[in-house]
Amino acid sequence: MTVTYSTIQTYTIPSVTTTFTLSSIPSTYTDLVLVFGGGTVAPTGVYIRFNGDSGSNYSTTRMSGWATNNNSARSTNQTRVEVGGSWSDTNHMVVNLQNYSNTSINKVGICRTSDATDTVAAGAILWRNTAAINSIAFSTDATNFAAGTVITLYGIKAE
Amino acid sequence: MGIRSLRTASISTGVKRSKVWDQSAVVTNIGQLAYESIATVTVGAGGLSTVSFTSIPNTYKHLQLRCLARTTAAVDNDAAFLNFNSDSSANYAAHNLRGNGGITAASGGVGSSTVIQRFAGGNQSSINLGAAIVDILDYASTNKNKTLRDLGGYDFNGTGNIYFSGGLWINTNAITSITITTSQGGNWSQYSQFALYGIKG
Repeated sequence: MTVTYSTIQTYTIPSVTTTFTLSSIPSTYTDLVLVFGGGTVAPTGVYIRFNGDSGSNYSTTRMSGWATNNNSARSTNQTRVEVGGSWSDTNHMVVNLQNYSNTSINKVGICRTSDATDTVAAGAILWRNTAAINSIAFSTDATNFAAGTVITLYGIKAE
Repeated sequence: MGIRSLRTASISTGVKRSKVWDQSAVVTNIGQLAYESIATVTVGAGGLSTVSFTSIPNTYKHLQLRCLARTTAAVDNDAAFLNFNSDSSANYAAHNLRGNGGITAASGGVGSSTVIQRFAGGNQSSINLGAAIVDILDYASTNKNKTLRDLGGYDFNGTGNIYFSGGLWINTNAITSITITTSQGGNWSQYSQFALYGIKG
């Protein structure tokens, strides 16, 4: 048995930005775990896109709770997929992408988000594409990611 | 900042694409966490009725089971039954909160296995699977009943469910084996994968 949970990269956003991309992701792991700590300068959804695919190949089912409210929603045929919401710069988000390099299956992910000022949420995402994931692009509705937001990409290797 | 490894991915921001070592981004070393692969079952073309992990060592603090699965049962979606140490008596419970894209709901009960959620059924395309991440806490303790938590679900571009679940095995024995079966009587289908990891305390 060997240690199988490794940091692939950590990126700290140096100044406010609307998008950023983690690229050249190696295919040598079994799963990816994306940890996002920080947030945005205004409330927004946080979206990801794989391998630069801007086709309508993404969908999600999610649930959320805020104050005394709860909700579940779905988005289909999207050009990017929402992995959580950010209401401030105190957001924490984890996205699990399992068998991300298996070229026989569509790619699924499990996400959870907590924002210290507002909401908790979880979701299942789908990318209808069998390609191995080699890049992940982040974007928002129409605002900026906050400077100092830290994104860490881990790889887990099964034996 | 040094280039630590060829496995380190590069980063680009906005429209200005450049390698990570050209930017002011902070890149850490390839880190190593106290997380080890114990065993993995990947289902082949013939399918598999039961996934079993046996002889689980008691040298970790927690277990994590990472599942990606589809079953052959003629249903849209399916769950998995978990049993520990071959105990099939009514010593289990499970409760969940779920969202189906329209409403949130909760359910639960007791039974002869605990339940993890939620996977593709046989009515789905063979290349669509559901996923779950299951944490089995303090599994080697002999002083407490065993609990687990599970976040899992699936989306198939028009249908889907996301579950947050808790499970209980009313037994203080250390967990030494786990069996995983489908809830609707089918088999696990090709490309399903169950990976068991140990987390050091």
